[in-house]
Amino acid sequence: MNWLITENNKKINTYEIPIISIEDLRVEISNLRHRPIGFFGKQEYENVRLYVVLSDDKQGKLMITSVLFSAEEKAYESLTKDFPQFHIFEREFFEEFKIEPLNHPWLKPVRTNQDKYPFFEMKGEDVHEVAVGPIHAGVIEPGHFRFMCQGEKVYDLEIMLGYQNRGVEKLLLNGINNRLAESICGDSVISYNMAYSQVIEALSNTSITKRAEIIRRIALEMERVAIHIGDMGAIAGDIAYLMGASIFGTTRTLVINTMLEISGSRFGRGLIDVGGVNFDIDDKMSERIISMLNTVENYVDKTANVMLNMPSCTSRMERTGVVNKETTIALGGVGMAARASGINLDSRFDHHDIWYKRQSNTIDFKATGDVYSRCLLRYKEIKESIEMIKDFIKILKEHQDGLKTTINELTQNSLVISITEGWRGEVVHIGITGENSELIRYKIKDPSFNNWYMLAMAVRNNGISDFPLCNKSFNLSYCGNDL
Amino acid sequence: MIITLINILILLITPFLMIGIIKKTKAFWAGRKGVSIFQPFWDFIRLMNKESVYSETTSWVFKFAPIVLFTTIFFASLFVPLATGTAIINIPFAFVIFSYVLGFGKFFALIGALDTGSSFEGMGASREACFSTIVEPAFFIAMGSIVALTKINSFENLKMITENAGIYGVLIITLAVITLFIMLLVEGCRVPVDDPTTHLELTMIHEVMILDNSGVDLGFITWGSAIKMFIIEALIAALIIPSGLPIWLSILAFLGIILIISISIGTIESSMARFRMTHVFEFIFIMSITALLILTLVTYKIYGN
Repeated sequence: MNWLITENNKKINTYEIPIISIEDLRVEISNLRHRPIGFFGKQEYENVRLYVVLSDDKQGKLMITSVLFSAEEKAYESLTKDFPQFHIFEREFFEEFKIEPLNHPWLKPVRTNQDKYPFFEMKGEDVHEVAVGPIHAGVIEPGHFRFMCQGEKVYDLEIMLGYQNRGVEKLLLNGINNRLAESICGDSVISYNMAYSQVIEALSNTSITKRAEIIRRIALEMERVAIHIGDMGAIAGDIAYLMGASIFGTTRTLVINTMLEISGSRFGRGLIDVGGVNFDIDDKMSERIISMLNTVENYVDKTANVMLNMPSCTSRMERTGVVNKETTIALGGVGMAARASGINLDSRFDHHDIWYKRQSNTIDFKATGDVYSRCLLRYKEIKESIEMIKDFIKILKEHQDGLKTTINELTQNSLVISITEGWRGEVVHIGITGENSELIRYKIKDPSFNNWYMLAMAVRNNGISDFPLCNKSFNLSYCGNDL
Repeated sequence: MIITLINILILLITPFLMIGIIKKTKAFWAGRKGVSIFQPFWDFIRLMNKESVYSETTSWVFKFAPIVLFTTIFFASLFVPLATGTAIINIPFAFVIFSYVLGFGKFFALIGALDTGSSFEGMGASREACFSTIVEPAFFIAMGSIVALTKINSFENLKMITENAGIYGVLIITLAVITLFIMLLVEGCRVPVDDPTTHLELTMIHEVMILDNSGVDLGFITWGSAIKMFIIEALIAALIIPSGLPIWLSILAFLGIILIISISIGTIESSMARFRMTHVFEFIFIMSITALLILTLVTYKIYGN
């Protein structure tokens, strides 16, 4: 057996994970053609063990294997030139362990060494480069963008990140710390905290109460609703459609203020802890949430219908920043952005989360891969999530089994892969314990990690003045990428 | 003498209020309370009390540009018929002087922006220059036609269109108002041509050119831009207000029209998105079409029959 088959949130013994050669790995990957969700190393004495996790989205299974590099092996033939989905993973692996993937087309730094970043260069008449950031005019995170343009047209964009590299994967090894896990990426508090808690709970054989499971999912969907509404407002702001920007802005506040009433934080910090949740949603709060959702749905419906049908708005959004399906598959795009390009990836359903039921609604969504489809998809997902929250609140009454359970000791030599579908896409957390039941490796993959290159592809051949709009339509995370 | 004083007073103060009214209108449509309509004036005072900061890469051109920009705009405004229906300086072919004095100021704004060496400002300068090349001929065709029609070569001919063209006058005035209104949106950097409130450097046109300006320089640039919008509005008012009104009525009508135009700009900004950069050209070309229609009508009126 070359692979160990496992599932989302299932504990496996690290000794059962097979070790294969890099040549076998290449053959296996080309036979299976599954999507990589984890490709990371772990120091084992003087050797480096490379774990490879693939996701079989059709079957809802995860496959894991590993390759051992001895201290002398400092290079291997790159997988990227055959399977471009691995490009960013191999760059990350190289940066961490200095094991070089030979013939990698873009072997550039991911998070460190920004001073020596080898930028692409373009030469010729009328060609100019525009450098933006890392300090921006707006209140966004640091990141450097370099455009290669001819006049107003962008030929290519290079994105250099890593300014927020805080080393959170190492910090998480210092003990169970939900407050750290939820502050890794400020706009995905619930998704990150949920993924982290699931890893620790699976590693310690703790099963939490059903009520806690439901409350977590209510919070997760509220986060999705709030951020999607905020993003639609931001897209409206970028195309100078004032009405959309103001109404979506105030509507988002209604959602996050309800989160404030539930958990004491507008973004849900402190709501989830390993073992359950800290705050209950009682009947009175349930009613408040439902009445808030009805108001929100009404506002969103009215504004979105105007914005998505008004010629001056649609002319800005349609055919702007197109990423087609083939490119998205090749680059391994995930989440909302990939769905807008026509790839049906949603870990809530692909990996059989028992609490979720597919919602049907009447919005006619066609995946065209442009800014418009990313905006329309947000509207569709807001509607679906609102229905999901209402369903969750209905079944919440039937489960009065408490909020928290005490957690057990972590099991030794175990590995857990946990996937949570945050609003941006799949948030993958992988935890490995050692001989003494302590965490010895923690790996996080944010959806932005895959999708930043999609943004670079989206702006090719667009006007440089449309870049902010493309960027906002993806709304990728800098700190989730930099970790 | 008093008339001139009233005009100069209105010329210096109303532009601030005009910007304030546009902002108030936008706030109204957004459901906000908004800032006071005097806020642009307080902002100006605030900027006047600050010092200017200059980048090491700039030369004297950068320091000189805001002065030239403001002076040229102020000088050009003296040729425009203001509140009382008369211009402060009334000389033949004022519209030629008007246009080229403004053009001179714009040239300095452009090289001032290029002087910073920033790739953003270069981009903004190229966009601004590109739009101006479309605006200028259209403005000339429209004004030239009106001169040919009325045989009066100052801006005061704008009031004489109906006397000379009869029923065609209404049509010519409408077309001229459209031409000038688009010119107002372009020169004033308003939505749908430009977004004056955006923070996104890559999408800006005018704003990106003044990114490096600060303090007193910035204060004069913003005041100058407001006056520039105001005098284009004044030209529209001159087209609409008939001649021979009593002075008080003329001033009232003038201020009324400025108010209406400002509110319409605010409403347009609230109700539509900005055009894609490539579509902006198509929009500005409407100016050329309306200007050519004016020319056709005037030619028909003079040589027809």
